Amino acid sequence: MVPTNYYLALAAILFTMGAMGVLIRRNALVIFMSVELMLNAANLTFVTFARMYSTLNTTSVYNGQIFVFFVMTVAAAEVAVGLALIVAIFRNKQSIDVDQLNSLKG
Amino acid sequence: MSGELILFFILALTAILTAAGMLLSRHAVYAALYLVLNFGTVAIFYLLLGSPFIALSQVTVYGGAIMVLFLFVIMLLGAEQITAEFSWNSVVPAGLLGLALVVEALVLVLQKVSASNLQVATSVIDAAPEPLAKQLFTVYLLPFEITSILLLVAMVGAIILTKTEKKG
Repeated sequence: MVPTNYYLALAAILFTMGAMGVLIRRNALVIFMSVELMLNAANLTFVTFARMYSTLNTTSVYNGQIFVFFVMTVAAAEVAVGLALIVAIFRNKQSIDVDQLNSLKG
Repeated sequence: MSGELILFFILALTAILTAAGMLLSRHAVYAALYLVLNFGTVAIFYLLLGSPFIALSQVTVYGGAIMVLFLFVIMLLGAEQITAEFSWNSVVPAGLLGLALVVEALVLVLQKVSASNLQVATSVIDAAPEPLAKQLFTVYLLPFEITSILLLVAMVGAIILTKTEKKG
């Protein structure tokens, strides 16, 4: 028996670590990986709550799990487009350091 | 302390350490490999929570497809040799902000949820993929079709973005 809030606390820690990665890292690829970490933490809370509410018999366990599928699909689409963008940017600027991508700055 | 709680703490420690390793490693390849390990531990959490199908799709989609794509792009760009300059001036405010976020999240989780401290039952539930697929293809049929359109659009977008135009 592992209490629900242990899982939720772990997911919160992982999510905030992902948010910190987005804030402190300057490599665009590592920023993308941090976004993946945050999506993963959200998935963990989905599965935890699905499990919790199914033991309370309020809803089926599969509703939460299907949402995890949709999050995974969106994550896959996001990674495909995002990495294509990174490749296109690298071709133009020879760099993926986000601090150097300031062409739109007035 | 039950065996499952011990397993949970070992896995939680692994997940947090690998996430920290991803944040702090200077080379993008090491960050990607730490992230693979992190996805693996999260997959084991899904198994503990009684959703084996989600766990296996986590391994195939995240640990397999997405991380292969990441490593492929890192190698393609030669980004493993890029070590961005690191200045503490920009890290300290962001780090403080992130730390505040961690504390806030933990306070919320430990206060609001411990009021109704519900246990996750570990009795064997019916976690076969058939009922999940039945629900996916009946109740959630329209969102499922929309995700297929989303993936198609993402594929077209990725091809257009990386296409090099031939001159002449």
